Amino acid sequence: MSSTMDSGADSGAGPNARAAVGRRAFLAGSATAAAAAAAAAILVSGGAILCPREAWGYETKALAPDTMRSLVRMARDIYPHDRLPDRVYAVAMKVQDEAAASDAKLKEMYEAGMAKLDKLAKAKHATPYADVGWEADRVRLLHEMEADPFFQKVRGGLVTGIYNNKEVWPLFGYEGESAAKGGYIDRGFNDIEWL
Amino acid sequence: MAAKFDLNDDSVVVIVGSGAGGGTLGTQLALKGIKTVILEAGARHEMEDFQNDEWASFTQISWLDPRTTSGSWRVAKDFPNLPAWIVKAVGGSTIHWAGASLRFQPHEFKTRTTYGDIPGANLLDWPVTLEEMDPWYAKAEDRMGVTRTNGIPGLPGNNNFKVMKAGADKMGYKECHTGRMAINSQERDNRGGCQQIGFCFQGCKSGAKWSTLIAEIPKGEETGKLEVRPNSQVLKIEHDPRGKVTGVVYADKDGTMQRQKARIVAVAGNSIESPRLLLNSASSMFPDGLANSSGQVGKNYMRHMTGSVYGMFDKPVRMYRGTTMAGVVKDEARHDPSRGFVGGYEMETLSLGLPFMAAFLDPGSWGREFTSALDGYDRMAGMWLVGEDMPQETNRVTLHSEMKDKYGLPIPDVHFDDHPNDIAMRNHAYRQGSALYESVGAIRTFPTPPYPSTHNLGTNRMSEKPRDGVVNKWGQAHDVANLFVSDGSQFTTGASENPTLTIVALALRQADYIADQMSKNAI
Ligand SMILES: Cc1cc2nc3c(=O)[nH]c(=O)nc-3n(C[C@H](O)[C@H](O)[C@H](O)COP(=O)(O)OP(=O)(O)OC[C@H]3O[C@@H](n4cnc5c(N)ncnc54)[C@H](O)[C@@H]3O)c2cc1C
Ligand code: SF4
Repeated sequence: MSSTMDSGADSGAGPNARAAVGRRAFLAGSATAAAAAAAAAILVSGGAILCPREAWGYETKALAPDTMRSLVRMARDIYPHDRLPDRVYAVAMKVQDEAAASDAKLKEMYEAGMAKLDKLAKAKHATPYADVGWEADRVRLLHEMEADPFFQKVRGGLVTGIYNNKEVWPLFGYEGESAAKGGYIDRGFNDIEWL
Repeated sequence: MAAKFDLNDDSVVVIVGSGAGGGTLGTQLALKGIKTVILEAGARHEMEDFQNDEWASFTQISWLDPRTTSGSWRVAKDFPNLPAWIVKAVGGSTIHWAGASLRFQPHEFKTRTTYGDIPGANLLDWPVTLEEMDPWYAKAEDRMGVTRTNGIPGLPGNNNFKVMKAGADKMGYKECHTGRMAINSQERDNRGGCQQIGFCFQGCKSGAKWSTLIAEIPKGEETGKLEVRPNSQVLKIEHDPRGKVTGVVYADKDGTMQRQKARIVAVAGNSIESPRLLLNSASSMFPDGLANSSGQVGKNYMRHMTGSVYGMFDKPVRMYRGTTMAGVVKDEARHDPSRGFVGGYEMETLSLGLPFMAAFLDPGSWGREFTSALDGYDRMAGMWLVGEDMPQETNRVTLHSEMKDKYGLPIPDVHFDDHPNDIAMRNHAYRQGSALYESVGAIRTFPTPPYPSTHNLGTNRMSEKPRDGVVNKWGQAHDVANLFVSDGSQFTTGASENPTLTIVALALRQADYIADQMSKNAI
């Protein structure tokens, strides 16, 4: 199975990293629709994570798929927007997975960091982090990890990973590029009415 | 046709940097017939190359060479390698700038006299008065096409301004309008009117906004007296045994060292690089750095008291549409110590796109409080608060003791602590800004911490007496007659207004002085 979430867009960490969400391809994988409906939102299958509900899958480049699945959960817990699909968080984490593919230390940071988080979760809730039921409980665990470079690495990457993804802009009412459309001089720069 | 001068031509004026100070000075000297070479560390991007995309533009034009920060200011924690948000490109930070162009108030040239002895502040009166500056302000306003001067109408108010204005009225503020902006509200100087594109910070793609890149340098080049050399970073200023500067050493686009001879050198690399260059030019004759007998080079770094307030409403505002900063409330700019601080501040509309809002609203924060704010992005209005900060000797640019740049030169460290006056002013400004938005129905307000410094000032300050500062009232080094400082680092104190109009006015005035001194063979 190949990466079906991939867009072939530019990647790499840093402020310019822009993980454009590309072709949304449906999976011809092992998970049947029925199985998918019954299971958690994101599944691990072989070297990939699958989200049957949103019909995407992603084969990890560096990280263990279980780690990746938990990181996507963590991404939503850090920057929760109920209207954003999991795909947006997965795309944001994909950039970090790709960076880890060429940086062994970084890969170790993610794996060890997630192991630590899981350990905290198991001690408190007898279940790995991603399966702790309430967001508030998961957030409490994250607060315990806040000073950890692992947490800061994930969080920092998400700031561009999520909010610099042009596909999410319309969901926030941000219109992006405007020069090519002639600016807003004839398109509502002063159209406020409720004042 | 742009000129091309020989490296060994020692009759040229060499200017380091092509921004507000350097680009204006170079153009004005060329218009006066004086041979001038501007060496600019950054590349030359033209208007068409600018991008309506915050991070892409940031990567394209920002000064990203390594720097470190220290001190108790929050920028040191949130952006430890990015003390300042400024430009490395032909045009300098006038590519980024928003265009607000306000004159100083009379007392702001006389802060030591007006404010008295403020503990911890290294206040000093400017060796220039507003009366002396007024004619130069007038020239600068004409040159830059500032709205509400020279019969130029103000810009139309966008959504963000309309919210500000309604709130200002409710607050009883008297002076709120769409600003004095170096942005064409109508065609002028062969540049069109503002198209309300909304990416002023990313380099105006319509040419409505004044910058040295599009509005000055081409005019200088047309005279055949100005050469602008991009990708040319000056590393050292050299001098002869008599202590007169003789030229500069710079790295060209291939990293090869070149030596450009000069009759006069003017430094305009903005307030971090300018003192760094003087410090890096230390010699056996000037062991503490060039022009530094006072020990003031790099000290008194100012960055304005800043902060932002965003207000969230229950209905759409779409603040990002149209001019980024075209609205000002001036009522709080007065000096009125009854508010608990000296000096004053301006309130100016500001908007950020979603990517920058996520990065700057509350750096480092996460969770639902933060994301629910961003969920209301299109219902936000925003203002920037910019006021006078206190010069402090300990706020300074120094050479890093270990870290070097790619040319092997020590990188700069920027140390900054807020003065108690800065903190009192910021708290007042946060309260007033929040109250303004609440008065028109804001459901939440966000007191947003300072961004990396966009206004960098004071590190080669002007003083009447050589022992108090680096340059005299003309920006001429007290220690070296043919060395000038031509950017915001000359500022003795910062005032509450955005600095660029004053930088341009000083550069025009300095050009006259240099031409006069050259004609008298005094330099
Ligand atoms: C986002 C933003 C918004 C702003 N809005 C406003 C506003 O509304 N109103 C206002 O008044 N001001 C505003 N400013 C500030 C304004 O841009 C600066 O005050 C002004 O440009 C400073 O002029 P300068 O000549 O000191 O430096 P700059 O304009 O920064 O120019 C310095 C130049 O020198 C070059 N340089 C540095 N070192 C070297 C070297 N060693 N060799 C060769 N070249 C070198 C740099 O690459 C740069 O191009 C804003 C700034 C920013 C970033
Ligand atoms: S809003 Fe006006 S000044 Fe700003 S970028 Fe657009 S056209 Fe230029």
